[in-house]
Amino acid sequence: MAEAKEAQRPLSPHLQIYRVTWTMAMSVFHRATGTALYFGFALFAVWLVALATGPRVFNAVQWFFGSPLGLLILFGYTWVLMHHLLGGIRHFIWDFGYGMGDERMALARLTLIGSIALTLAIWVAAFTFL
Amino acid sequence: MADKNVSMRTPLSRVKGLGASGHGVEHWWLQRLTAAANVPLMIAFAFIVAALAGSSYVEALALISHPLVAIILILAVVSVANHMRLGMQVIIEDYVHGSAARVVAIIANNFYTVAVAVACLYAILKVSLGRILF
Repeated sequence: MAEAKEAQRPLSPHLQIYRVTWTMAMSVFHRATGTALYFGFALFAVWLVALATGPRVFNAVQWFFGSPLGLLILFGYTWVLMHHLLGGIRHFIWDFGYGMGDERMALARLTLIGSIALTLAIWVAAFTFL
Repeated sequence: MADKNVSMRTPLSRVKGLGASGHGVEHWWLQRLTAAANVPLMIAFAFIVAALAGSSYVEALALISHPLVAIILILAVVSVANHMRLGMQVIIEDYVHGSAARVVAIIANNFYTVAVAVACLYAILKVSLGRILF
């Protein structure tokens, strides 16, 4: 019986052979923000479970999120979430077949500037209504 | 000489169009469906978390146990957990080579997302349903 031969198939080139462009960086960043949100989601679970456990545990967790480090994490999380949200809307625009031409750069810029603007708006709102 | 372009697929499999994985576009579609659901849910989530800033235990309990807030959070947890499970699976399939490592990573991905989602849902329900008692 003939042995099964593994075909020497060519491998597709990966990231390192391409010139870095803004749109490529934004694509990589979309995955990176998704991964950060993936692990960051556990923080919300910790906060909720602390609330369900009782006041002592809750106060400890709430103290951490109110500390400079906790606020920094939450601020970063807000920006990452807003960036991934706008990046996702950009992907929807592409899914419908639009935004493939020269406007790609404008879309990338809009995602970056929009995410920073939304993050600042949320935090200003959070601290003014406090 | 046999025709080299003859498909190995049965006519039924070609009609079904489910491909080698047997799932067709299910993964891609659910990724988009949850992405669309996440947009309004995450905007609401941002408002809820902003409203929670610096709140006391009693204030946080009151807000999370409000039916509207609890329902939005439950929908958000279900949609987000599915979305991130699918997203991480694609990342694993792209970057983790070797079938053993890949299978382990995909199993870990499923365990992690389900565990985090169940923890959130349990906590939301416990806080919300407990409110009926007082």
